[in-house]
Amino acid sequence: MQLFVEQVLNGVANGVVYGSVALALVLIFRTTGVLNFAQGEMALFATFISWKLTQQGLPVVGAIAISMAIAFVSGAIIERVLIRPVETGRSPLNVVIVTLGMFLALNSLVQLIFGTDPQFMPSAFPKGGIKLFESGGRTATLQKGTLGLVLVLIAECIVLWAILNHTRLGLKLRAVAANPDSARLHGIKAGSMLMLGWAMSAAIGALAGSMVAAQRTGFDSNLMQTVLIYALAAAALGGFDSLWGAVICGIIVGVADALTIQYVDPLNGIEVVMPLAFILVVLMVMPHGLFGKRTVERV
Amino acid sequence: MSILELDGVSGGYGHAQVLHGIDLHVEEGNVAVVLGANGAGKTTTLRAICGIIGVKGDIRFDGKSIVGKHPEEVSRLGIAHVPQGRGTFSELSVDENMRIGAINRKDKEIAGDLERWYSAFPRLGERRKQEAGSMSGGEQQMLALARAMMARPRLLLLDEPSLGLAPLVTRELFAHLGDLNKGEGLSILVVEQNANLALDIGHWGYVLEAGAIAVENTAEKLHDDEAVRKAYLGF
Repeated sequence: MQLFVEQVLNGVANGVVYGSVALALVLIFRTTGVLNFAQGEMALFATFISWKLTQQGLPVVGAIAISMAIAFVSGAIIERVLIRPVETGRSPLNVVIVTLGMFLALNSLVQLIFGTDPQFMPSAFPKGGIKLFESGGRTATLQKGTLGLVLVLIAECIVLWAILNHTRLGLKLRAVAANPDSARLHGIKAGSMLMLGWAMSAAIGALAGSMVAAQRTGFDSNLMQTVLIYALAAAALGGFDSLWGAVICGIIVGVADALTIQYVDPLNGIEVVMPLAFILVVLMVMPHGLFGKRTVERV
Repeated sequence: MSILELDGVSGGYGHAQVLHGIDLHVEEGNVAVVLGANGAGKTTTLRAICGIIGVKGDIRFDGKSIVGKHPEEVSRLGIAHVPQGRGTFSELSVDENMRIGAINRKDKEIAGDLERWYSAFPRLGERRKQEAGSMSGGEQQMLALARAMMARPRLLLLDEPSLGLAPLVTRELFAHLGDLNKGEGLSILVVEQNANLALDIGHWGYVLEAGAIAVENTAEKLHDDEAVRKAYLGF
């Protein structure tokens, strides 16, 4: 039982990481309709900026805030310079290819600028854990860092949800995502909204990356690659349009992964197939994911 | 006084020129009807007015040229465009769709207007929490009209509103348009294939053929002109 609880807690610790990146993926999908494969590497770049700033003696929270601001501006520039010119093309695949290109380019750029050595990112949260219970010589501990990340994620969700669903700006963002041509005819500057969507999700990604790196003993340019796979899985499982779905499914994916490692010996080392198989089954039964809105379109 | 004037407007898509020097005007408080077959350039004319495509010639709204303005700017001047396909924000609720109509208004009367249009279109009022894309074509067309009205436009452009609607629904729609024109004094430019219904509420009519105005006259005369009906309107 203790072992089970320990593994669940491990899973939650990883899961919040997946959830936080999934949140950025869902945000950009909801505001621009684009699946951004470069999300992880954009976050990686921002994470290195956070790290560099802490190296210069800045406090962690300040470093992350500055990195988020830089990511916000960069996200907007990326949309304007790299995404918009190809978006007018005939195939929506164009944008996908560009994000894949960015994935590779940003990763190489990070290695070029910051090197390939593992680095250490300090945590914004206090060290240590909270003992949940102790028996038979084993203790189940909830790391404060995990708890902190959960709280940050909940706060992010609430803020984003409030912006998207209860402000004029959020309505504009969603209008452009739903029907850009019609939004323009209603006087909404679609281009600005798309830039804002990219900017916001880049900032969320910067926050996620910086906190993910702090959870690890060290990080390098590979930090986000597996994370992105799990985050994509979490976003898909959540239905791609639900913020809460992304977070909750991130945790589900993390826990499923941890339990597979512990209890399913034959899959040792290839445990990544377990959550993915799980997702496949869910999506076959519920094509819109666990939390996605079922869209019915009549003409 | 003309609220909208098109002066020798030409334009199209890339190298394909669709409009060849269109002259057209909408008088303040009137309904102008543009008739014509598929491919005559009806939709392109509306797109030219809205700034979706670039044009040669002049387009004046309220006496001021609006050539070269972006669609979002044209909309803010007070021109509402209900495009073909109705422009529904499918995954958003009916209520959110309506609020998008008023998105650039700063006044305090938005809530009042919402209730007003919900009572004019009771079916929308009943469905305000429903996802807009799940409504029938007729309901979505009513939504498009009500959403356009939420902007308090001075000129309403409608692109084949009867397309894909049952005859009864089409009649209801045109009754609404007639009311808006008479009740609100709203100026309307409607592009249609359904000549009968459109001319019934119209003041002035144009027949568009191969990107140019072939015939124009009062709606009444166009409606009764045997030769025009046979040659262009097919009834």
